[in-house]
Amino acid sequence: MECERCHQRPATVHLTEIINNEKRTMRLCEQCARELQAQAMGFFPQINLHNFLAGLLHNEFGFPTTGPTVAPAGARCEACGLTEAQFARQGLLGCGECYRYFGPRLEPVFRRIHGNTCHTGKVPERTGGKVRVINRLERLKAQLREAISREEFERAAELRDAIRELEKELQEG
Amino acid sequence: MSIKETVNNPHSHWMDGTGPESDIVISSRVRVARNLAHLPFPHLLSREKAEDVIHAVQTAIENRVFREKMGKMELTRMNELTPVERQILVEKHLISPDLLEDFERKAVVLRDDEVLSVMVNEEDHLRLQCLLPGLQLNRAWELVSRLDDGLEATLDYAFDEKLGYLTACPTNVGTGLRASVMLHLPGLVMVNQIKGVLGTITKLGLTVRGLYGEGTEAKGNLFQVSNQVTLGQAEEDIIANLISVTRQLLGQERAAREALYRERREQLEDRVGRAYGLLKHARVMTSDEAMSLFSDLRLGIDMGIIKNIPAPLIIELMVLTRPAYLVKVTGKDLSPVERDIYRAQLIRKKLSAAQQS
Repeated sequence: MECERCHQRPATVHLTEIINNEKRTMRLCEQCARELQAQAMGFFPQINLHNFLAGLLHNEFGFPTTGPTVAPAGARCEACGLTEAQFARQGLLGCGECYRYFGPRLEPVFRRIHGNTCHTGKVPERTGGKVRVINRLERLKAQLREAISREEFERAAELRDAIRELEKELQEG
Repeated sequence: MSIKETVNNPHSHWMDGTGPESDIVISSRVRVARNLAHLPFPHLLSREKAEDVIHAVQTAIENRVFREKMGKMELTRMNELTPVERQILVEKHLISPDLLEDFERKAVVLRDDEVLSVMVNEEDHLRLQCLLPGLQLNRAWELVSRLDDGLEATLDYAFDEKLGYLTACPTNVGTGLRASVMLHLPGLVMVNQIKGVLGTITKLGLTVRGLYGEGTEAKGNLFQVSNQVTLGQAEEDIIANLISVTRQLLGQERAAREALYRERREQLEDRVGRAYGLLKHARVMTSDEAMSLFSDLRLGIDMGIIKNIPAPLIIELMVLTRPAYLVKVTGKDLSPVERDIYRAQLIRKKLSAAQQS
């Protein structure tokens, strides 16, 4: 019997693959079997990351994975005009605003890729400084409301001073 | 040093063979993705706006504060280079192959020693990269982070309080960080354990690739291991995880090499000797054959079987014998057969020069 892959050398190896519970046996020569096995190591035929992601997004965004894609009317980022269909096809967002625009629908995607939906790393030194202050301010304000509701006035006074300090910093900075 | 000198010189600091664990860890790389606020990402950018991005980066690196902090860095538009020169930057791992597509609107910023570079208008507006020899991921992150701060002194980044740095692809959002090590693992390949080991790594949130980045097979037993997750972990944690996995791999590779030396010494020495012989005397050599022989020879050097060839020379040869460099060295377009002849010639010359010195 000849090799099913090269159709030249005699088949000496039976290679069985099970993909999604479907068993498939190939009769191959030694050289083809070796090449296929090398491919199975995971980095030979590279999965294009964007295509892979696009497939994922297709499911997430509720588009059929096969057949022509029909762009749902109106689903587009107002800042750059990227449509959901475009995003699902390319796997690339169009601009920073897209994250806000497609936000809630992206969360499951983030969870699947990163197992997480919240950044905990570096914050920009110059512009992010403000973000850090604003975050802190909001936390303090929440604590102040809570202190007042519990009638912890001494604590509330402390918090109010801290808030004033930060607000001043924000205005000056 | 100008960009022309960079492309003329086949050597780069990352090939030095210095740095910790450099017998197995060839290089450490950290890159971060950054985008400018209020502009579409590069794939939706008009020609004009793409030019604005390049201009903004040019201004940022000429800024006094940046100069004081980072020293001089030079911006080169990709269309100022010849196709061969562009390809050489890829072969030296200074830019990604993506920067060659639609190159009219792209640019690269390089520091003299080629340790730090910035790709402009690749998938993201900015891709900052640090490339160092050996296992030096922490140092690479420090340098990239400092470069990042230097640029951010004048550039407004697209940053979200909750999601972090915003990137064109959601796989990079958050830290925008991709840290990687390039490992030479001939021992694990020879004892047939590489498959299992790499399979385990992918379960730890890491990715394994062949030498020349995405889209190529693993040549010369060189593997690149990098992090996959960019959101929800701090940069230092991502890097600590990669370092700890790399240390495990180093242990496994060293154990495999020792086992080979102990149990199959004759075969090992034979293989190394044959590689050395072929490289020294062959007259026609394909790129694939050269890569695999380089790997054997390098293993022989690392294990003390071959004594008179410096280990870094092998890495330099791996870059030097890539197609674009051969064209550069010979100064003319070469057919594949001519390329194989010149490659063999160059290898013979370099090896005999190393022996004499």
